[in-house]
Amino acid sequence: MITVFGVPIQALLGQLLVGLINGSFYAMLSLGLAIIFGMLRIINFAHGALYMLGAFVGYLMLAHLGIGYWAALVLAPLTVAIFGMVIERLALSRLYRVDPLYGLLFTFGLALVIEGSFRYYFGVSGQPYPTPKALAGGTNLGFMFLPNYRAWVVVASLIVCTATWFLIERTKLGAYLRASTENATLVQAFGVNVPVLLTVTYGIGCALAALAGIMAAPVYQVSPLMGSNIIIVVFAVVVVGGMGSILGAIVTGYALGLVEGLTKVFYPEASNTVIFVIMAIVLLVRPAGLFGRDA
Amino acid sequence: MAEPLLDLRDLNAWYGESHVLHGVDMSVGRGETVTLLGRNGVGKTTTLRAIMGIVRKRTGTIHFDGKDLLKLPLHRTAHAGIGFVPEERGIFSTLDVMENLMLPPVVAEGGMSIEEIFTLFPNLKERRSSPGTKLSGGEQQMLAIARMLRTGATMLLLDEPTEGLAPVIIDRIGDALESLRARGMTILLVEQNFRFASHITDRFYVMEHGAISTTFPVGELDARMPELQQLLGV
Repeated sequence: MITVFGVPIQALLGQLLVGLINGSFYAMLSLGLAIIFGMLRIINFAHGALYMLGAFVGYLMLAHLGIGYWAALVLAPLTVAIFGMVIERLALSRLYRVDPLYGLLFTFGLALVIEGSFRYYFGVSGQPYPTPKALAGGTNLGFMFLPNYRAWVVVASLIVCTATWFLIERTKLGAYLRASTENATLVQAFGVNVPVLLTVTYGIGCALAALAGIMAAPVYQVSPLMGSNIIIVVFAVVVVGGMGSILGAIVTGYALGLVEGLTKVFYPEASNTVIFVIMAIVLLVRPAGLFGRDA
Repeated sequence: MAEPLLDLRDLNAWYGESHVLHGVDMSVGRGETVTLLGRNGVGKTTTLRAIMGIVRKRTGTIHFDGKDLLKLPLHRTAHAGIGFVPEERGIFSTLDVMENLMLPPVVAEGGMSIEEIFTLFPNLKERRSSPGTKLSGGEQQMLAIARMLRTGATMLLLDEPTEGLAPVIIDRIGDALESLRARGMTILLVEQNFRFASHITDRFYVMEHGAISTTFPVGELDARMPELQQLLGV
């Protein structure tokens, strides 16, 4: 049996795969958080709840309307994006001109309301969501067994992250968004409807959270607590990557997922804390984060 | 004066509780270049910002090409056909030169093509892939003007375009503005450097304490020089 530092290669690769899958969710969630913070200067504490909402919308669509995974992959993010845009128009848009702390408090309260509502109706035990038939089973790679659905999660998240990066960095819409973060008034004076742009941006961030949620549903169970379990880690990812950095959120999301996986192999006791230790070190050495503009 | 394109009547404006403009009356004719002179703090920049709608607390009337700008939200003012070049230039650091150039939406037909813009400002062509804020002050000013020329705007509001620039760069900015003027662009220029402005302007307005105190054609500049030197403190 091949071993690496005394660890069987199968165990190592298995944990690396788990780390890569977790990293896929970290990347998609931190990407949404980074977009929202970068463009709106809102620290969106409701992001975990929106992730959970995406999973539950998919679950409810399947349970009550017979809408399957592939349709839910589009409809759940769309539903959550519309919900997010209504919240942005009615509430968040009134908080842009005050201290960012108010936005943080509002979204924190919103997260508690959403999570509390789902706990009331569904309890804290998870609801099962079946793996889509087309992705059932797995592939024997010789050195390990790769579940098809998990491979799909990694590939899909890479596609989503790359597409979102392209949207922000390489398109006219992205140029409007980036310019608006620097001087929204001037962009408006050029003739761009920045308030609508901000609403759409929040919608995109919410849709990314919901997409991660529906993709996570077959891997983990659909539970009202699934968002609060992951959101603190995701905030740490965003801080390490650099608040508002799109590339930082993506790279750091995958990297910290892998680090977490490796830690589970070599020093399991530290696997729940390693990301926060890295965050503390990064904050001390490069407070703006690894990819932050002031770094 | 030609048919007025921009007409301000009894324009008052406030920053919060601070009353800055006290009944500004002025007109700019179609195809005309008009320069607004005045000491620092008299309300020249505020006048431009009030026209654009950046300063929202306003009373009076602002008519542009028959439209009442006072009723428009900020993002609609540009669509009426006004291009704004702010004093601080407003070059975006996260965008390269080309992205900065392409940022303002086209609001009407008749704007300059990228090739025409690069002919007018050759430096920008050489620096097209550079981050906007890596340009020199003069190049940033050229970029700030250039990006409004694509949009099809019929009028430019320019706030102190020569501030802090070397004389050789000021000459090039002057040549570019002269070229725009020859193409029929209407220009409202805020400028302390009235010698520079005298080469391109048709008329001057002088501002004091948030209102227009006098107006005169460029031909009277020499005769008005002692009065201006006292008013502007130069």
